[in-house]
Amino acid sequence: MTTDQILDLLAAIALLLGALLSVAAGVGLLRFPDALSRMHAATKPQILGLIFVLIAVALSARSWSTLLALLPVVLFQMLTAPISAHMIGRAGYRTGNFRKDTLVVDELESVIDRASREDQPSSDSGDRQD
Amino acid sequence: MITDVVFLAVGVLLAAAALLALFRIVRGPSLLDRMIASDMMLTTLILVVGAEMAYNHHTRNIPMMVVLAAIAIFATVAVARYVSKQDTPQEQAQEPSRGPGELS
Repeated sequence: MTTDQILDLLAAIALLLGALLSVAAGVGLLRFPDALSRMHAATKPQILGLIFVLIAVALSARSWSTLLALLPVVLFQMLTAPISAHMIGRAGYRTGNFRKDTLVVDELESVIDRASREDQPSSDSGDRQD
Repeated sequence: MITDVVFLAVGVLLAAAALLALFRIVRGPSLLDRMIASDMMLTTLILVVGAEMAYNHHTRNIPMMVVLAAIAIFATVAVARYVSKQDTPQEQAQEPSRGPGELS
């Protein structure tokens, strides 16, 4: 095999790894029970799968300037993916869109209980005697 | 040629991932599940654009990938914000498992 063919094969293998992560996320989206665990599955190809595909593009183009042009893609994705995951997780918890029995520990529950009790001191003061 | 076989497998796997995300968008059951699935479908779209560039040996689609990676967040954040603004602690206490996120 020539060097070109070997580089093409390496690019194809990197693409295959990215596609495998993507289909794993799809299966997780299909099989997992609640919104929070589905979110866990769906975020796998967002960073690592994207990095594999960008490696494949750089290997196929074989130039440093292309690699430099690809860096903003992964940079923007790394900046924005945690924000959307945070918003989805927050909304998922607040709307009760998760299964209690799959949680090992729920640290937010006691905090929210205390905050909502302190919010309404006059209406239900009987509950504050604990 | 083994490279062509690998590229074919990549195409099949990415199509399968997009179809699974589409299935979750259609089935729901909640609005958040649909947003997660559409986010995942957009990620698959970015991967497909990149895979097409690697297959055809050109770099014309890189600006599209940059823009998609930068603005993929907007729809998710807007909808997630809207969902969590709808509910109040009283409703949450009464029916913890079925909140207003169950719009369908």
